[in-house]
Amino acid sequence: MTVSSERPLPAADPLMQGFWDHARSGRLSVQECIACGSLHFPASPVCPECLSDRQRWTAVSGIGRVESWVEFHHAYWPGLASELPYRVCLVKLREGPLLISNPAGAVEIGDEVEAVFEPITAAISLPKFRRAGRR
Amino acid sequence: MESFEGLRDRAAVIGVGHTAYGSFPETDEYGLAAQAFKNALADGGIDKKEIDGLLVCRIPSYARMGQVLGIDPRWTLTLPPHGRMSGIGLIEGALAVATGQARMIALLYSNIGRSRRMNYGGEDASVWDPWGFTSPGASHAMMFRRHMQLYGTTTRQLAEVPVAFRRHAALNPDAVMKKPITIEDHEAARPIVLPLRLFDYCLINDGAVCIILTVPERARDGRKPPVLVSGFGGSDSLRHSSISNFDFDFWHDAVAACGSRAYAMAGVSRTDIDALMCYDNFSPTVLFSLEGLGFCPRGEGGNFVQNGTLSLGGALPTNTDGGHLSNSYMQGWALNVEAVRQLRGECGERQVRDCEVVQYVQATPCSRSIIYSRH
Repeated sequence: MTVSSERPLPAADPLMQGFWDHARSGRLSVQECIACGSLHFPASPVCPECLSDRQRWTAVSGIGRVESWVEFHHAYWPGLASELPYRVCLVKLREGPLLISNPAGAVEIGDEVEAVFEPITAAISLPKFRRAGRR
Repeated sequence: MESFEGLRDRAAVIGVGHTAYGSFPETDEYGLAAQAFKNALADGGIDKKEIDGLLVCRIPSYARMGQVLGIDPRWTLTLPPHGRMSGIGLIEGALAVATGQARMIALLYSNIGRSRRMNYGGEDASVWDPWGFTSPGASHAMMFRRHMQLYGTTTRQLAEVPVAFRRHAALNPDAVMKKPITIEDHEAARPIVLPLRLFDYCLINDGAVCIILTVPERARDGRKPPVLVSGFGGSDSLRHSSISNFDFDFWHDAVAACGSRAYAMAGVSRTDIDALMCYDNFSPTVLFSLEGLGFCPRGEGGNFVQNGTLSLGGALPTNTDGGHLSNSYMQGWALNVEAVRQLRGECGERQVRDCEVVQYVQATPCSRSIIYSRH
């Protein structure tokens, strides 16, 4: 068991690099299969539909719907203890894939939301979701 | 549907055993498993020399286990330390017996997680870590909030599950948690990942379980009445398992499928079930299981469990040992022991009257159900 004392950061994963590259530029992306067009997340070494190796990261609308949310009162990472209680939401993107994220501001199930980006390190911007159409 | 009726009653439980449940830092997985093994041999009146199959779960090395027990089996299998492996292991064991690969199989599960301060969350790197999302409980909280929204289920309805199981645990001398709790206690308990609170979470304790399977002919010569493995079925949901322990549809169709397969193989129906042993890592799973198996319509789990349905004396006595929530965190294995004991009629104050058919179910990414019956 290794629990980081810091805020959890993305594990170094070459398959996911494209996602974080897009996020740093303020774009939400999912993996797209060049062969069959299916969209999926998180990254897979082959297309989970047609098993093609030909995958790329493609920007999506960033619009989705809140399907659920929870509120953490327990610090599984010491680095997040100061943020308790914090919320985590489940978003179904307009394009299909399901994402876990954090709400930016209050959201309820059924809300239409849009991605916003919060830089947490020089390399990582974390997509979060706020109610769509907000200023 | 495919028919597995030919496998009905082709394996039986001859012996069950477990350790005390609690915190045992002085020993390890092998020490605990050895105690459970000895207890199961004694329970079944079995000579160690008869053991020719070994399955280990949450035990690091099958080889060390065989060395410790002094056995050279002809069939050996290791399963990863996931609760869902209990149903899988019991089915694999029953199939090995039914097909003659082994005649007397010891299934061993051991957990030293409490003494080792095992943290079920944050320990395996996940793509969702950067958003602070981890732990199986959080996935169940995520599902339960959806269930509340879709069907109007309330946390007070959910409370009926841990309250009923705690009542059962009070009648079980082996149970870790016996102090009665009320719906109000549930509602006021420490929040962990809302909407779930402390009493919605399983215990974490050390202990080990051993279940010994054999052919029915041999089981009839055992010390205790034989308990037959009459039916089983499975259905996995792995495509969307990146969010671990989560299913967008509460594993409804998977549980329905594994239940139907088990009923068909056993030649019984839902109405024949005298007691249910339901994998309860978190209390919402019980509602999902009841809906999936069709004990109530989809979304009606909250209404169904109200007014003591799951209690002894209720319409569907469930987890009569107290389950993971109050008896012991033996990840499905102890629930299968309880199924055996209920069918033998050795449960004392918590005995279900005229108990003839007991069902085990696990609503997880690997959903499984097993039907046990008394001959």
